[in-house]
Amino acid sequence: MLLGRVIGTVVPAVLVDELSATPLLWVQPLSRDGKAEGEPLVCADGTRMAGPGQIIYWVASREAALALDPWFVPVDDAIVGLVDEVRLYAPEELA
Amino acid sequence: MILGRITGSVVSTIHHPIVDGRKLLVAERLDQRGRPGGGYLIAFDAIGAGQGETVLILDEGNGARQILDDASAPVRSIVVAIVDHVDLETN
Repeated sequence: MLLGRVIGTVVPAVLVDELSATPLLWVQPLSRDGKAEGEPLVCADGTRMAGPGQIIYWVASREAALALDPWFVPVDDAIVGLVDEVRLYAPEELA
Repeated sequence: MILGRITGSVVSTIHHPIVDGRKLLVAERLDQRGRPGGGYLIAFDAIGAGQGETVLILDEGNGARQILDDASAPVRSIVVAIVDHVDLETN
């Protein structure tokens, strides 16, 4: 899993039935210290509670389908949870 | 499996049920000599790894689901060993 920030929503006009109840969100992948890293992607929101500005963690490929309900669905990436806080140890704490 | 070091943790209240009661660790990837630089990942923990420890991370979904004993867990990365030391042949 990787961190990401929700930067927008996608509103589909026509969608496969299995995804009809799942929000689709634009997510900017983040480095562990919160900097944008890589290209934004569209994630299905398994929590159904994320919105723009929210920091989340997401998975790709088969694990993404498993994160959703119903789970056997055609997605690449999905949000697994919302981040309250990322605690990073200081370099001296890692020594 | 990949070598990593635990550099942090993620606190998450709203999440998929598989995360309930589990620790999410931030691990930086290490090369065979223990040098960082290959990015990071957020991994589950199967063994109680913590701050600053060098670990082995299974980065494959089916294996991770076997460890969690849940065939529908949306999980790919899980810490499966704490590394004591790494021996490499010298040239």
